[in-house]
Amino acid sequence: MAEEKSGNKYIDESVNVVKKWKNKRGSLIMALHEIQGVFGYIPWESARTVAEQMNIPLARIYEVLTFYNYFKLEAPGKVIISVCDGTACHIKGSMNVLDAFKQELGVEENETTPDRLFHLQVVRCLGCCGLSPVAVVNGKTYSSVTAGDVKNIVAEWRAKEAETA
Amino acid sequence: MVDETKLTPEMQEKLAKVAAAQRENLEKMAKEQKELAEKYDVHIFCCNSTSCRSAGGESVLEALESAVKSNELEEKVRVVKTGCMGLCSLGPLVQIEIKGREPVMYKKVTPLLARLIVLEYVAKAIETPKEQPLEISEFLSEHILPLDIPFFTKQEKVVLSNMCKSNPESLAEYVAHGGYQALKKVLDTMKPEEVIEEIKKSGLRGRGGAGFPTGLKWEFASKVTDTEKFFICNADEGDPGAYMDSCTLEGDPHAVLEGMLIGAYAMGATTGWFYIRAEYPLAVERMENAIRQAKKFGLLGNNILGSGFNFMVELRLGAGAFVCGEETALMASLEGKRGSPRPRPPYPVKSGLFGKSSCINNVETLANIPKIIAKGADWFASMGTDKSKGTKVFALTGRVQNGGLVEVPMGTTIREIVEEIGGGVADGKKLKAVQTGGPSGGLIPEDQIDLQVCYDRLKAVGSIMGSGGMIVMDEDDSIVDIATFYLGFTVDESCGKCAPCRIGGYQMLQLLKKVADRKGTKEDVEKIKQIAHAMQKASLCGLGMTAPNPVLSSLKFFPEEYEERLIKTGSDAE
Repeated sequence: MAEEKSGNKYIDESVNVVKKWKNKRGSLIMALHEIQGVFGYIPWESARTVAEQMNIPLARIYEVLTFYNYFKLEAPGKVIISVCDGTACHIKGSMNVLDAFKQELGVEENETTPDRLFHLQVVRCLGCCGLSPVAVVNGKTYSSVTAGDVKNIVAEWRAKEAETA
Repeated sequence: MVDETKLTPEMQEKLAKVAAAQRENLEKMAKEQKELAEKYDVHIFCCNSTSCRSAGGESVLEALESAVKSNELEEKVRVVKTGCMGLCSLGPLVQIEIKGREPVMYKKVTPLLARLIVLEYVAKAIETPKEQPLEISEFLSEHILPLDIPFFTKQEKVVLSNMCKSNPESLAEYVAHGGYQALKKVLDTMKPEEVIEEIKKSGLRGRGGAGFPTGLKWEFASKVTDTEKFFICNADEGDPGAYMDSCTLEGDPHAVLEGMLIGAYAMGATTGWFYIRAEYPLAVERMENAIRQAKKFGLLGNNILGSGFNFMVELRLGAGAFVCGEETALMASLEGKRGSPRPRPPYPVKSGLFGKSSCINNVETLANIPKIIAKGADWFASMGTDKSKGTKVFALTGRVQNGGLVEVPMGTTIREIVEEIGGGVADGKKLKAVQTGGPSGGLIPEDQIDLQVCYDRLKAVGSIMGSGGMIVMDEDDSIVDIATFYLGFTVDESCGKCAPCRIGGYQMLQLLKKVADRKGTKEDVEKIKQIAHAMQKASLCGLGMTAPNPVLSSLKFFPEEYEERLIKTGSDAE
């Protein structure tokens, strides 16, 4: 069967993802995970494509997207900073770390810096409580973080991004 | 089940041949793996759990492997990446076993240290006669973690037993350590009723927190006739500050899968589902790998090991919703919907996922199953207390000296866990309280920590066993802040379906914050208590019913910390 490409990457990629999951039961969340894995968030075009392809009302897709914390509806920055606020991290001062990041980057929780470089978010337990408090930046874990470490962490990633830019 | 009457003799013969070949393959694999392991004089075990990887464990593993290679020790030394070794706060951990010598563990290993370990310790040990002690440089010996400390000696490892000595990504290692023998025993020699009877006899209760007897749940499920039946593994470990289940999936995925297969056989399930938190990518990866291997070797699929038992599994991810640990919400999420709980009855065993009979067990519960079948119900029941049998894994964290994953027999006191295994409170501070059960549990004050861990005693003091989070708080921690933190978490995670939880939780949090900010009165505290009791009685699911626990238990045991923050009114005001 000849396939028609729309030329819109958000649509075409979503069509591909849905093809894989369409015939499996209860797979909407898995399809959404995969799309977010590609784009870092769920673009509106993708959500609409999933709705059409899987024959699910768009409202139901957004019901799911907004219910679960994991899904993002807007593109995050290139560097995602996740400050863990599980209990172990919390009692060891994760909120001070979060405040330091807020101050350093000039953004609030779940916001992206205007240059779209950094996205700051809080997560619930990453499963390495022995190293608390923990912050993860694009997959790299920083353990026993203090507010004083924040400046250096941000500088490290700014430099890294400047190198690759 | 395969309907044997419809098969021609030729087909039956063919099926039997396939099954015999599968069994032979597994036996061969186990034998070869054992021989391979015996070939080496030295085994270097390198922890590869999320925690140790986060602390740099992957580069340590690479450094060990390359050092073994560059020193031309490949013939004698085997480097094995393993699951969690337990003492996560001192990771990355590396354990070295040399024939004829005592095992040695190194803590906080860096790539440089890893190379030195190979060069200075391993290479030297190979050359030196076994009777002769080795001289180790100060730099290295500073990183030695003695294995005779209570952290290791006081534990009783059942669920975690296989983890620190074998590669979780290798089916061969699992079968070499006796894996899938329990499944074979069940399929070859036991009827489903006998399996259920054995689990009932063992006294195993659900490790997810509520403690429902596992055998009984299986029995209920086995009695339901349905066109399709499901077995679900709840791996949506939502308690922030607890990571037992993720470590079990990462460290011994085949054990969980084997436990599910046995349960599925007992209840007559046709499809299994793993529901794993998306925040645990390594656990997901290892489980996917285990499923792939099991399919390849005939441990999943049709006519498993020639028994006529057919079973397939699917893996689904959570998406960051604490409420999805509740079984009816979990099933809604598996169906691809938002995770809203629904009233029970009907219970999942009657009408569960997609309306079909479903049995839901937690990761740790399933990991216990193969051990119970292999060693017998009596062995399992010999551990623990009257009503809580076996062991329990805890994630011991917070202000404790040795934080990590610990497994103890039920009935061990909290004091033993914190003060002996955990080495007491860090930095010489005084212990204030211990929280079990996470946001659904309660605080246990220092003067009550001689309490034995078991379902009923924890409940009696207003906490719960929970899935295994154990957070230690010291004298400087504010109880009011902790209670506010937990309630903030559950309010944030409330699905909003029922009013007691949605409105009650929010209102209680506002009052609690008011008190925490030193703006509250005695009346506010009374209102908090009223709302708490209403939530406990009227909420739809466990989330709302247990959300007030941290607040109530802190009010009960630490009233002075609240009083100290209250504004004096009426007769109290001078």
